[in-house]
Amino acid sequence: MKKDIILAGVGGQGILSIAAIIGYAAVESGMHLKQAEVHGMSQRGGDVQSHLRISDDPIHSDLVALGGADMILSVEPMEGLRYNPYLSEAGWFITNTTPFVNIPNYPDIEAVLSEVKAHERRVMLDADSIAKELGNARGMNMVMLGAASQFIDLPQQKFEDGVRFLFGRKGDKIVNLNLDAFRKGRALAAEVG
Amino acid sequence: MKKLLLLGDEAIAQGALDAGLSGFYGYPGTPSTEIGEYIQDSEQAKKRAIPRTWSANEKTAMESAMGMSYAGKRAIVTMKHVGLNVAADPYMNAALTGANGGLIVAVADDPSMHSSQNEQDSRYYARFSLMPALEPCDQQEAYDMVAHAFDLSERYHLPVMMRVTTRLCHSRAGVTRTAERAENEMCKPSDPNQFMLLPAFARKKYIKLLEIQADLERESEKSPFNSFTDGNDKSRGIIACGLAYNYLMENYPDGCPHPVLKIGQYPVPRKAIAAMADSCDELLVLEEGMPLVEDSLRGLLNRSLKVRGRLDGTLFQYGELNPAIVRQALGMPKLPSRELPEVVTGRPPALCVGCPHIDSYQALNEALEPWGKGHVFSDIGCYTLGFMPPYHAISSCVDMGASITMAIGAADAGFYPAVATIGDSTFGHSGLTGLLDAVEKNANVVVIILDNDTTAMTGMQDSVVTGRIEQICMGLGVPEEHIRVINPLKRQHDENVKVFREEIEYEGVSVVIPRRPCIHLHGKKKTSGGAK
Repeated sequence: MKKDIILAGVGGQGILSIAAIIGYAAVESGMHLKQAEVHGMSQRGGDVQSHLRISDDPIHSDLVALGGADMILSVEPMEGLRYNPYLSEAGWFITNTTPFVNIPNYPDIEAVLSEVKAHERRVMLDADSIAKELGNARGMNMVMLGAASQFIDLPQQKFEDGVRFLFGRKGDKIVNLNLDAFRKGRALAAEVG
Repeated sequence: MKKLLLLGDEAIAQGALDAGLSGFYGYPGTPSTEIGEYIQDSEQAKKRAIPRTWSANEKTAMESAMGMSYAGKRAIVTMKHVGLNVAADPYMNAALTGANGGLIVAVADDPSMHSSQNEQDSRYYARFSLMPALEPCDQQEAYDMVAHAFDLSERYHLPVMMRVTTRLCHSRAGVTRTAERAENEMCKPSDPNQFMLLPAFARKKYIKLLEIQADLERESEKSPFNSFTDGNDKSRGIIACGLAYNYLMENYPDGCPHPVLKIGQYPVPRKAIAAMADSCDELLVLEEGMPLVEDSLRGLLNRSLKVRGRLDGTLFQYGELNPAIVRQALGMPKLPSRELPEVVTGRPPALCVGCPHIDSYQALNEALEPWGKGHVFSDIGCYTLGFMPPYHAISSCVDMGASITMAIGAADAGFYPAVATIGDSTFGHSGLTGLLDAVEKNANVVVIILDNDTTAMTGMQDSVVTGRIEQICMGLGVPEEHIRVINPLKRQHDENVKVFREEIEYEGVSVVIPRRPCIHLHGKKKTSGGAK
């Protein structure tokens, strides 16, 4: 198995938590992993991305090759499109549809979503609203992680262990809220995929 | 032993802890910061009571690390590439004093300037100083090289540079640890004059440093981190340094058909290069950063041999490498790739909603309105983002501390108002001496120390000046009545504009300190439990 994933979003939206959980699930499943992320200036509200590579075989590059990604997982619709050149022909485009507007010239959201719809293999979820309905407004990233997990061939249990590992010190309540968000995203993606 | 999932930076930190480290010194700077943070949070370091607080700047850090080495113990000093400019004085001289306890200078370069003002390649500093350098290609090598570097340092009584770049610093992979070594016992240098660089001593030490270069090159030739893998296709030989090796192999999933020399230890192993060159029709040099190896081939090889790399245009001379760029240099066709949709708009970093710097800049902009734009010299930190719209509040960003000193020079030229904005941590790093200059000549400047109680840009490290900025300014001779503390809040706006205006109108040195903690500070400090 080999999965090359580009995680995309805006600094502060929680893509590093997603990366940490997928990484945990991969390593606990005995896979090789490389995960490159962005620290520093861009984290202040700029576009951020993480390259996440999982494989049965040793991995060379920390970066995914252009045209080589099996998946773009984005917590913001325009940010996912920014990495389109990385997505392989057969790749999945999985995105939250709620825009994060912190720039004055954010494009028309319909135009953004219509570009997203140009991808034949796609999952579009209004993860912000889904998380809010679950009483976990900050759980948007876990909804998206759940959706993506449907397309990553690792046991569901390992992802859930990863959620427990990451949020464990914040107490059972937070862990369970995030597990609910993860499971909801996973179930919704199963319907689409 | 179970694998640890570590960033490249963290692998260096863990490697140092396991190799008998006794002291960490450094100043935060992307992409090097996580080396220090990992050591600061480490249970192992706590148990061994390893000194591990941040220093005021890279120079003081380097010197402290040299002191630890003098005392016979192992030390690591960390910084970003431009930080080595700050530490350059002790660094260059450390090649002459040498080391007693093992001494590693870990420098993180930032090709493509993700979070930096330039993309200088620290390997040139290693060559300049005549120190050996190590450059890992992955997290495991980063870990393994630390023990190797300490050994090398203690064998040759020389500091050793470890050079890493952004993508390795901030990429995670599994790392297997080796057994933990004991720290060194304290011991004075066997030569009591080892660290004495009076000219008569320094001349001898320089000759000795030149003499051991041949030995260091022999070390490179036999280093486990410099390896030659032969290939059947001799139409090209490939030299791949550090991370570039990964991008090369990424493009040959079934193995590279050409002979490959992987370089991870310097000085450049010239014999190995010459041997490969003799058997190949041309050489391709892949290195992350500037063309150091490529440059060093001149004069070494037969002039008719074609050498490809960053100098002949095969690769751009700027920016970091990646699999696609290396693929092109290898002459392979591009992988099919999708277009970037036109709708995608740039999203530059910005000051956070609620950031105290926003209120400071809005008040400052209004106070400066009569004179127009172009009067504010600034510095390195989050507040550099005051350049961005809608603020357009600053006109320069050069190096740590340059805001105050550039304002002095401009004021000397008769430029008025001459205003400097500098963060609290940057003021502690390199602002004090500049402010002393200003006081000494009574320069007509307003120095605004934006005090958010932390080193925010690099992720909330403690600042050495926290809680004593006014005392420092008074001690340097700024008149007490011209040290004004304000609260950067919207509701204080009019009052703050008035304070700025009064100090601009005062002829002489004044300091205004807008003070309000970074909005991210509380959460971070709570979770990290204090790095000290």
